[in-house]
Parts: sequence; C-alpha cells; structure tokens
Amino acid sequence: MDSGFDFDVIQRSFPYLFREGMTFTVTLTLMAMTGGIVFGTLLAMMRLSSLRPLSIAAGAYVNLMRSVPLVLVIFWFFFLVPYIGAWAIGAREPIRVGAFWSSVITFTMFEAAYYCEIMRAGIQSIARGQVWAGYALGLDYWQTMGRIVLPQAFRNMLPVLLTQTIILFQDTSLVYVISATDFLGAAAKIANRDYRLVEMYTFVAVVYFVVSYGLSTLVKRLQERIAVIR
Amino acid sequence: MNYNWYWKVLLEPEPGGTGTYLHYLVVGLGWTLATALAAWVIALAVGAAVGTLRTAPMKWAVRLGNFYVEIFRNIPLIVQMFLWFFVFPEFLPKAAGDAIKQMPPPWGSYVPAVLCLGIFTSVRVAEQVKAGIMSLPRGQGMAGTAMGLTPAQTYRYVILPQAFRIILPPLTSEFMNVIKNSSVALTIGLLELTGRARAMQEFSFRVFEAFATATVIYLLTNLIVVLLMRALEKKVRVPGLIATGGAPQAGH
Repeated sequence: MDSGFDFDVIQRSFPYLFREGMTFTVTLTLMAMTGGIVFGTLLAMMRLSSLRPLSIAAGAYVNLMRSVPLVLVIFWFFFLVPYIGAWAIGAREPIRVGAFWSSVITFTMFEAAYYCEIMRAGIQSIARGQVWAGYALGLDYWQTMGRIVLPQAFRNMLPVLLTQTIILFQDTSLVYVISATDFLGAAAKIANRDYRLVEMYTFVAVVYFVVSYGLSTLVKRLQERIAVIR
Repeated sequence: MNYNWYWKVLLEPEPGGTGTYLHYLVVGLGWTLATALAAWVIALAVGAAVGTLRTAPMKWAVRLGNFYVEIFRNIPLIVQMFLWFFVFPEFLPKAAGDAIKQMPPPWGSYVPAVLCLGIFTSVRVAEQVKAGIMSLPRGQGMAGTAMGLTPAQTYRYVILPQAFRIILPPLTSEFMNVIKNSSVALTIGLLELTGRARAMQEFSFRVFEAFATATVIYLLTNLIVVLLMRALEKKVRVPGLIATGGAPQAGH
C-alpha cells in the first residue's frame, strides 16, 4: 500500500455500489429464493411420490445439482439458457439473455435442489395420520398437501429455509464469473479502475459480514420463538 | 435445439501444447484434488481445535471459537478468496508480502486458494466436531476424570475419538464440498477442473462438450469419494449406535 487506507474511494462509489450492485444482489436473492422454494417444494413432492418415474427423475435432478460446483452450473446455464430460450419460442438462433436473467434462472434451478432436501425433511416430519385425516375428510392429494401438510412442513422448516437463503445471498456473489454487476462485481470494477483492491474488497467483506451476521441472528431468535411455541 | 455436438474435440491438441483437451481437463482434476486435499488437512486440524475449544469449560475459549466461526461463515467464499489473494499480502511485512506476490504460477494462486479453502472449511468442520462432542453422554467426560485423566487426556483418548467416528457421515459431505468449492479458485487464476473447462471452451468454442466433460469428471469423482467413505464409515462405526443421519442442514 503506497498511501494508506483510502476511505474516500468507498464514499465516492457508494451510490454505484449500492444502487447498482446491492440492488442486483438483493433482487437476485429474493427472486431465486421464491422460485427455488416453489420449484424445490414441487421436487420434494415428486421425490416422495409413489410414482416411481417421478421420484427417480426428481432424485436424479437433485443429486446432479448437488454433485457439481455452483461455478460450473453458472457457466452451464449462462451458455445453455439462450439455446433453451430459442427452443422454447421456436427461434432458429440462440436468443440473447442478459447476465441478470441468466443468474435468476441459474440460482432458481440450483437452489431448488437444496430447498427440495429441506422441504423433503419437513414433509417427512409430519405425522402420517395428518395425511390420512385429510383423505378421510374427502380432500384430494393437492388439497391435503396444500392445506394440511405443506403449511406445517413449511413452518417447521422455516429457520433452515431462511439459513439456506442467507447462504444463497452469499453465493450470488459468484455471478462475478460471468461479469455481472452484483455487489461484488461493482466493487471489483471500481477496485480495478482506481487500483484500490485492498479498500474495496475489505469493504465488501465487511458489508457481507454485517448483513449475513445480522440475518442469522434474526433467524436464531425466530428459531427460539418457534421452539417455545411447539 | 440445433447444437452440433463434436466430441472428437476432446482428442484434439490444446493450444498450450501439453497434449489433448481430455488430458488438459484430467490435469485440471489433479489440481482440483491437490487443492481440496491440502485444504482438507488444514480444515480437519483447525476445525478439530476450534470445535473442541467451543466445548471447553472456559468462557473466553467458547467466545473466541464462536468469533472465529462467525467471521468465516458470514463472508462469501469468493470474497474470502480475494482477501487472501489481494489483501492479505499487503498486511504482511513488505518482504514477506512481495515474496508471496512473486511466487511463480500456479503456486501464486494455489497457496492462497488452499489457505482460503482450508480456513473456510475448518469452520464447518468445527461445527460438526462441536455437535459430535455435544452428542456424547456427559458421563464419558466424567468417567475420564474419574479414571484420573487430565482434561486434555480426556479429550484426546475418550471424547474426540468417539466424536469423530460419529460425525464421519457429515464430514464426508464436507469433503465433497471442498472438492466442489475449490472451483472458486479459478477467480484468482488457478486452472483447476472448472477453470480448464472454461479455458477449453474459449480456445475451441466447443462450449457444451467442455462443460459436459467436466460435469462427468465431477460426478465420477463424487462417486469414488462416496464409495470410499462408505467403506470407511462401515469400518469405524461405533458398535451399538444407530447410524447417525443428522438434522437437516442448509448447505451449498
């Protein structure tokens, strides 16, 4: 370091870092969380289904996603999504997809595998009698699931689902590898432009720490409250 | 989808002149494993120490252990990678910092990557070690004391051997995580498997052949690790205990 720690560069780049970078990170996290939990719950229902092909397909998908590095999955979808898009709308050439939508699809598909395992444990924690009671009342599969099993499973698993979301929040920083301008990406761009790597990366680490630590403390409190009620 | 597969690309020479693309990727697997194994050694040693510390009767020890865990758990891996690679050498004395920065490739990326992954994973190992120790009946420690062992001896001969045997299954998945997480080292220039798949895609323009081959290599590696660890688990299982599955956990 030639001239000590330069706080000024952080202050100067504040609007860019947060309005562009953090907005990208937070939007991506929220969208991937929503999509991931919905898709993951469906996968969990498939895995627990008595129809063999469904459970085998869902199991294979989950195990595949959990066996390869996230970075590789990001690369896969970054190149694959334009082809899938072209196939879906019947275009002859691969369509253009920006880094943001590519990331949303990647993280939804990837995190679904992890949310699936959490929801599967949640569904399995519900007493079987609950399902029988549902059927005895004349509810069908979707009604029993949607009104009896899933709400309870969701509630039991809420702390783990939120912890997984904090991990997702941290993992979105890996979109750096496809040059997206998330929080880390924005900081990296300024760090390289002004040659202030030490300041910017330290600042990024501090911000991630504060957010993740704060959220995980909240989750811990929530967990205690839920534990008291049960 | 109109993508023309061309698998023969794997047998064509890569531009660096070291051999075929397939060979290039397999060497990448070698770097992945070399990074993961070295990091795993650090993770086990530090993780066992920190995990033990967090169950110690001294309050300050527990607090110190918790502090360590919270720091390295709440910063994304890629940011930690950058801290070790860009920031850490700047805070060392000038000579040491320069020595690190001037290490020839690939060591200039390999060493920070191993340190980073080792410390990152040690936190997760520490969590498991703590859970393993807590899962033992308290009588085990008391029995050790009653036999006249010092606290250190009790941990060394009574508690830790049992704890490690109990937490072997979660440690297996942590080891697989190290292998996967080592791919983040490509961001600081280490050409491990994923990094080489990306390089191959840039040289040859065969995008999906490169990534598909890397995926298959990762899957085979996982399979081998699972089989080896399953054999080990069977061998060291504590007789009389129901197989431990553990509570559902978040992960990546």
